[in-house]
Amino acid sequence: MLSDKMMNILKYKIWYLVFSAVLLVPGIFFITKYGLKLSIDFTGGSILTYQVKNSDKNVEQEVRTVFSSKNTEVLMVKVDKNDVTKVTVRAKSIEVSVNEEIKTLLAEKFKDLDFKQESFQTVGPAIGAETTKNAFLSLTWASIGILLYIAFAFRNVPKPYSSFKFGISAIVAMLHDAIMVIGIFSILGHYFKIEVDGLFITALLTIIGFSVHDTIVVFDRIRENLRKLPRTMSFEEVANYSVVETLSRSLATSFTVMITLFSLYMLGGETIRTFVLAMLVGIVSGTYSSIFTATPLVVIWENLKRNT
Amino acid sequence: MFKNNFFKLGIIFAVVVISFLIVLPRIPIKVDNKFLKLDTSVGGYYINLFGGKVQKDLRELKKGLDLKGGIKIVLKADMTKIAAADQDKALESAKNIIEQRVNLLGVSEPYVTTQKLGDERRVIVEIPGIDNVNEAVSLIGQTAQLTYKKLKSDLEWSQEKYYDYLIKPESWDDAGITGADMKGAEVVTGGQGDIQNQGKPQIQLKFTNDGRDKFSELAKQNVGKPIALFLDQGQMPISAPTISPELANGLTGDPVITGNFTFETAKRLAIQIRSGALPVPVEVLEQNTIGATLGDESIHRSFFAGLVGLLIVFLFLLFKYRGLGLLAGASLIFYSIIVLAIFKFIPVVLTLPGIAGFVLSIGMATDANILIFERTREEIIWGKPRNLAIKLGFERAWNSIKDSNASSLITSFILFQFGSGPVRGFALTLAIGIAVSLFTSIFVVRTFVEVFNVWGVKHAK
Repeated sequence: MLSDKMMNILKYKIWYLVFSAVLLVPGIFFITKYGLKLSIDFTGGSILTYQVKNSDKNVEQEVRTVFSSKNTEVLMVKVDKNDVTKVTVRAKSIEVSVNEEIKTLLAEKFKDLDFKQESFQTVGPAIGAETTKNAFLSLTWASIGILLYIAFAFRNVPKPYSSFKFGISAIVAMLHDAIMVIGIFSILGHYFKIEVDGLFITALLTIIGFSVHDTIVVFDRIRENLRKLPRTMSFEEVANYSVVETLSRSLATSFTVMITLFSLYMLGGETIRTFVLAMLVGIVSGTYSSIFTATPLVVIWENLKRNT
Repeated sequence: MFKNNFFKLGIIFAVVVISFLIVLPRIPIKVDNKFLKLDTSVGGYYINLFGGKVQKDLRELKKGLDLKGGIKIVLKADMTKIAAADQDKALESAKNIIEQRVNLLGVSEPYVTTQKLGDERRVIVEIPGIDNVNEAVSLIGQTAQLTYKKLKSDLEWSQEKYYDYLIKPESWDDAGITGADMKGAEVVTGGQGDIQNQGKPQIQLKFTNDGRDKFSELAKQNVGKPIALFLDQGQMPISAPTISPELANGLTGDPVITGNFTFETAKRLAIQIRSGALPVPVEVLEQNTIGATLGDESIHRSFFAGLVGLLIVFLFLLFKYRGLGLLAGASLIFYSIIVLAIFKFIPVVLTLPGIAGFVLSIGMATDANILIFERTREEIIWGKPRNLAIKLGFERAWNSIKDSNASSLITSFILFQFGSGPVRGFALTLAIGIAVSLFTSIFVVRTFVEVFNVWGVKHAK
């Protein structure tokens, strides 16, 4: 039942790890140098959006003047002219009453231009710090929970192989995906000013879940094959056999998840686009890592033991 | 075996029909017999089964603030002046009073909840459908004010007129006692010697020395008449007890309000009275105005995106797995109907991330079927006969399905624990999605495969 023609995916296992490392380097560089561009969910602050009819006025200048007349530090003003002019202002955290005063002043400046405020969002610094803390807490707990679950699910890996190595390899693949996504968003943040908000953490946790989900399917097959296949086969051969067997499923599943995400990205509207983009990156990375990171790691680790 | 399969088909049929009825509650149904009364014309379901009555409003999916538009305010309750033991009570009364005030705005479905984070106590207010934050914040932010009122002196008093006066705020005059004159209010049990009220819950009012004198005076003048306790600018008094004859000579102990209270209602009243007496200053931590237009646009676009995704996945399955793919596609449609029904029934407050979670779970739901079909195909390659291969496909894929979904459930559980509003919505919809997907992709598809004896996976060479 084994043919010589079976793909030998794991032949280049070292190179996959090198490739992963190379891909991760720019991400890690940007994370350490520039970090992520955090939204007001984490930093605290205010975002105000307005809508006004198109006109010849220098909207940005007018808006800045009004804000500085109220001693409010403005961090960013974005003006989009389409059917109407949309203005987004990011400022240090301001009070409700100040918002109303600014609104009144702006309404005067843009008289006869159907001025209206679309939204006003304020996050106090305390809440921002708390969101950051919760983000770290949930990432930590998710990792611990998943590690424990893998150790439990793989407790009956046939001897002499260890469930511990499976668990750690799955976690490394998971970290690989998390760093990949964070790195890409650090780069996007630096060059395209894409911010990460509370939803980004949600995306990250879902990616972690998916990454492990995908890795478990491969590992599950390795475990099954270790019992089923002839004892004469090496661990590496069994692992390779299992990866090839599950390849079709891995690609099909990632494809369906990507279809749904892609349609959300294209059609789902502005507010969740960053969220969906993070998920898309994560799903691609998660599929790659379960085949090309997690499995090579286990194999190399098991081989090490045999050689010493 | 055959019988068994028809039983399973019956279960699936029932689940899908019930879900369908929940999703579309406007289908007019009226059943009226000895055992079951069912009426959908009330815009939901009114079910009366063997005397047990259930009424459920299922007209609309509950939309979160990001979809409906409105304002969200997070308030910090300043507990510095309140003893540690009383803080929970104080927070609870602050919440109640804020809820009452928000209700004064007359909007539908405001949502007020409390949150404890370390030492900090918070009240979170969500008010859909309004955009004047200033008004809302100033309304919410003020300290609750309890006032005692007596019947206007020119009004004639008789027991029959009690309810007439109760609903007319203009029949009452200030009695000069406010929350500032009170120390608190407790639920106590009626003691020995009072046969009528023995063992029943009642509310004991505790006054300051000054307040006690004032109340004593008020009681003497109004024996046999009601006095009313108003909270803020409320239209109805929260309580209007009648002064009993024993109080004609003034107070002996702390006065109690008696009546047909349950412990629950007594507690609620005590909290309301206390809320006037226990001011908790609040401070705005976070507030957010969301335009409703943004919401409507988003919900339609996201649902459209879900539909398109569903359609492409359906085609993909059909192409790759033929007949089995068709069944899996059909089960995906069942899946969507059941999930929507659960959203409506619980009800899950639908937010934008929640919809994203739902759409994502469509992709995840397919995974179980893909695992099964791939396994089936492998079993066939290994030389198993077709029927056995399908059976083994379902059985042997279970390990992977179980383990992989467990890890996703762990993440959604942790998201729910640590997340706030929108994150929780996402976690909840994802978890519901995973649970339902196990039912549809395994139980439903398997039953269909066995009943219709479908085959279709392309033979690998």
